[in-house]
Amino acid sequence: MNQTIFALATAPGRAAVAIIRLSGRGVRQALNQIGATRLKPRQASLRTFVNACGEPLDTGLAIWFPAPRSYTGEDCGELQIHGGVGVVDSISRALVELGLRPAEAGEFTRRAVENGRLDLGQAEAIGDLIDAESRGQSRQAINQLNGALGRRYQDWRTRLIRTLADLEAAVDFPDEDLPSDVMERAAAPLRMLLEDLNVALSDGARGRQVREGFRVAFIGAPNAGKSSLFNALLGRSAAIVSPTAGTTRDVIEAHIDLEGYRVIISDMAGLVESDDIIEAEGVRRARSWAGSADLRLWVVDHAGVTGHWRAGQDLVRQTDLLVLNKSDLEVAEDGISASNVATDMGLEMISASHSPREIDDLRTWLSARVGIELSGTDFPATTRLRHAALLTLAKDHVGRAVQALGQPELAAEDVRLAVRALARVTGTIGVDDVLDEVFASFCIGK
Amino acid sequence: MDRLNEATVWDVIVIGGGHAGCEAASAAARSGAATLLLTHKLQTIGEMSCNPAIGGVGKGHLVREIDALDGLMGRVADASGIQFRMLNASRGPAVRGPRAQIDRRLYRENMQAALKAQQGLTLHAAAVEDLIMVDGRVLGVIDRDGVHYRSCAVVLTTGTFLRGVIHRGDERVEAGRAGDAPSIGLAQRLYAQGLAMGRLKTGTPPRLDGRTIDWAKLAMQSGDPAPTRFSFLGGPITNRQVQCGITATNARTHAIIADHLNESAAYGGRLSGKGPRYCPSIEDKVVRFGDREGHQIFLEPEGLDDDTVYPNGISTSLAAATQDLFLRTIPGLEAVAVFRYGYAIEYDYVDPRELTETLELKRLPGLYLAGQINGTTGYEEAGAQGLVAGLNAARASTGQPAAVFRRDEAYIGVMIDDLITRGVTEPYRMFTSRAEYRLRLRADNADQRLTQRGIDLGCVGADRAEAYQAKAVILGAVRTAAERLSLTPGQAAQAGFKITQDGQSRSLKQLLSHPEIDFDGLSEVWPELATWPDFAREQIEIDAAYHGYLDRQDADVALFRKDEELSLPAGLDYAALGALSNEVREKLTAVRPATIGQAARIEGVTPGAIMTLLAHVRRRAA
Repeated sequence: MNQTIFALATAPGRAAVAIIRLSGRGVRQALNQIGATRLKPRQASLRTFVNACGEPLDTGLAIWFPAPRSYTGEDCGELQIHGGVGVVDSISRALVELGLRPAEAGEFTRRAVENGRLDLGQAEAIGDLIDAESRGQSRQAINQLNGALGRRYQDWRTRLIRTLADLEAAVDFPDEDLPSDVMERAAAPLRMLLEDLNVALSDGARGRQVREGFRVAFIGAPNAGKSSLFNALLGRSAAIVSPTAGTTRDVIEAHIDLEGYRVIISDMAGLVESDDIIEAEGVRRARSWAGSADLRLWVVDHAGVTGHWRAGQDLVRQTDLLVLNKSDLEVAEDGISASNVATDMGLEMISASHSPREIDDLRTWLSARVGIELSGTDFPATTRLRHAALLTLAKDHVGRAVQALGQPELAAEDVRLAVRALARVTGTIGVDDVLDEVFASFCIGK
Repeated sequence: MDRLNEATVWDVIVIGGGHAGCEAASAAARSGAATLLLTHKLQTIGEMSCNPAIGGVGKGHLVREIDALDGLMGRVADASGIQFRMLNASRGPAVRGPRAQIDRRLYRENMQAALKAQQGLTLHAAAVEDLIMVDGRVLGVIDRDGVHYRSCAVVLTTGTFLRGVIHRGDERVEAGRAGDAPSIGLAQRLYAQGLAMGRLKTGTPPRLDGRTIDWAKLAMQSGDPAPTRFSFLGGPITNRQVQCGITATNARTHAIIADHLNESAAYGGRLSGKGPRYCPSIEDKVVRFGDREGHQIFLEPEGLDDDTVYPNGISTSLAAATQDLFLRTIPGLEAVAVFRYGYAIEYDYVDPRELTETLELKRLPGLYLAGQINGTTGYEEAGAQGLVAGLNAARASTGQPAAVFRRDEAYIGVMIDDLITRGVTEPYRMFTSRAEYRLRLRADNADQRLTQRGIDLGCVGADRAEAYQAKAVILGAVRTAAERLSLTPGQAAQAGFKITQDGQSRSLKQLLSHPEIDFDGLSEVWPELATWPDFAREQIEIDAAYHGYLDRQDADVALFRKDEELSLPAGLDYAALGALSNEVREKLTAVRPATIGQAARIEGVTPGAIMTLLAHVRRRAA
């Protein structure tokens, strides 16, 4: 009945090699499906790992440890892959798609102990590690709680417990003088929660962004210095750079690696109207590319006086970045106007020039943004997948609870299981949390 | 029966004749132990000191479980009930709880009669003041007159008598219950043993003279037209049935209470014990929910030939004069006379984490505790603990293994595990939300969950065993039929049921789980269904309604049991186990969990510590 589990065995983050460990009855099948076929027991084989669609994800070493001669005593597997977050992420996702579950803290060790694979001394030493791991997890949970995502989890949990209190009050105190709609009032919050969880889980464009690359567009007026920045970021001259305005007539794409994620940056025509048919076509393509990009760097010549700084402003969203370029020069009208607009929009701003320090700043900013966008948090991929699995579980339970509202004890059962799923992300909850809420909300007692 | 032979060695001695004591004595004697029940006054055995009602949601479940194990509470309540209601009757079966208003005198008399009729049980009046202790073991008790009573298994059910103090306004009286002296000596003895103890409080409302209530002004509540019994042993309800009155406090009441708050022992700071949040005094309600226009009061008759009325909802420790004042602002009570004023009572309890799952004190082998002394409140909670303590005391003294009920088997198991693992912060009352396997632990199936267990344990009498087995045979046959009888979609359509035409045959149980298909409809297809007895039909309907949910809980239960079956040795030396933090070691040493599962439920015990324990268990097993 043990599910097949996996976990990142190496420290998360950038490293040359990452190891993903698998354990459980389904390991052999999962290895085969991910491309690690024809393995010999306990022998490393070089394989190309693929997802369910057969797309190659990475090439690395795979090892199969048949039960019982393995760490956990079950069938085990090991994938040694390249250490980037993006690679770990895509392999982890592929494993989840195959029905494997990200392991809970200490789950591998627990299985090892249960199957008699560790002696007491080893288990004691590992007990410390597990606590460190759980502490790490809760520290992450705390970090997360400070962030927007954490607030969201906390909010869901609070709302679920409030709803559960309504349901439990209706169930446990039928003879009390409770508000007559105590049960009905669980309905609307549960439906809202279901919607919120659905949105959170829909994952937005993240899957594509990870697979194909996160698209960053440099937009702005001709000669604002987009191509120079593009090239500086690229570290090589993939784009033609010239001092004549309107040199870049097509969209030029280049791939860079940020935080292990594939990022596509694009240089493009300056976004001004033009009578030149070719140039106009360049602008149209640029606008289309920029409009659908995941992030726009709005480049403005901060020393400019041409009034062209507005070019492309209509494409800019609140999450984009204003780059005040040529910061080595004295600031002028264009720079001032653009920063005023950016301030009004709540846009972040960064200044840039050819100086390596400022290019590094831009690179750092981009890396952070890509990390946040693609991970949702700054968690390692496997943790994130674990969260997603728990959120899905919570959502399914809330969905069933909504269906069962006519029978509060059944609705409560599912809400309780939803709370339990969320609790595994954010910390623990006892029955007393619910009773606290019941007694705080209702005057119970005769 | 003035004096018993001091040389007699009893198998089990039970101290106290309240709800815990009665069930403990009965369970011990039913198990074949020579049992002695000692209590201050024989005539108060089975006294209902607080409200004249038994059962409810959660509590009714406990009564059914006591009954399933052949305990007394359900039978005695049935014989003494004067208004029966199934709470949550319109909700699902898991949360339906039987409840009854009880005639207090009848309950006392019926309980005393049942105990007197119990073979192997001796009742004796004595004020127990001390324990006989030899080498850290309890070997009997000593009463106020110095008389010794010997037994290697003693069950202590002292209720609120341990250093009990009654508060009413400025008055402060040392008493175990209105009019009864407290036990000081026993409390001192327990303190001397170094047990962790604390103080709790509870309250009771004034008792009213029903003849001075203007009933005509009040809304009245009747019982169910067809009363539901507590006991699985059938039989008719013969008592005349009564109604309860419903009234409520109002702004004037609240103003008087608010003006006199400083009189209240709790608000005046003269009371230190912690009271239950679900049974707040009217002072608490006014302070905490002051925005409410009124608080409901049920006027519950205390008996058929008793004029006393119990106003449920206004327990108070205000001064007597203030009680008079606020009572008379309440509709129907304008001219009410009070028989006895309300009060708050403060008493000692023993931290239940001192107990094993058999309710024996870990540090005082041979001594079992049950009821309010363990920090619980309620007749039903007390009775259920009494049963477990009495049963295990009997088993221990006759050399049999312990009888433990798990969380997935019974509310009794949920309660005891909660108590011994987590301790209490307020008087503990049962709620169904405390049971994670609530859908399985129903009042309707308590006998199916527990009676066979009780037969195996030897605490169930022949009559019940026979009735249970007859019922089990029918249920078995009916359940088989519910799986066997089936319709193809075509047949179902012919019979007028709308189900998906997917070519899949559906069993009777599956058909019944469709919201639009009911038992009567199916009886037209299979006429033999009409011959099924009501209880069988009900069980099949419940099985069908909870079908998917129960399957899922079964999976949860399997995981839960895995950890419960990994037992930790009783004498495990946590100090000698490396890799445990001091904090975790202290917690484990304090609770001494019986299983890996229980250890994991202790607050603050880390997964790493569980791993260490697990490895230890594995090594021992190897």
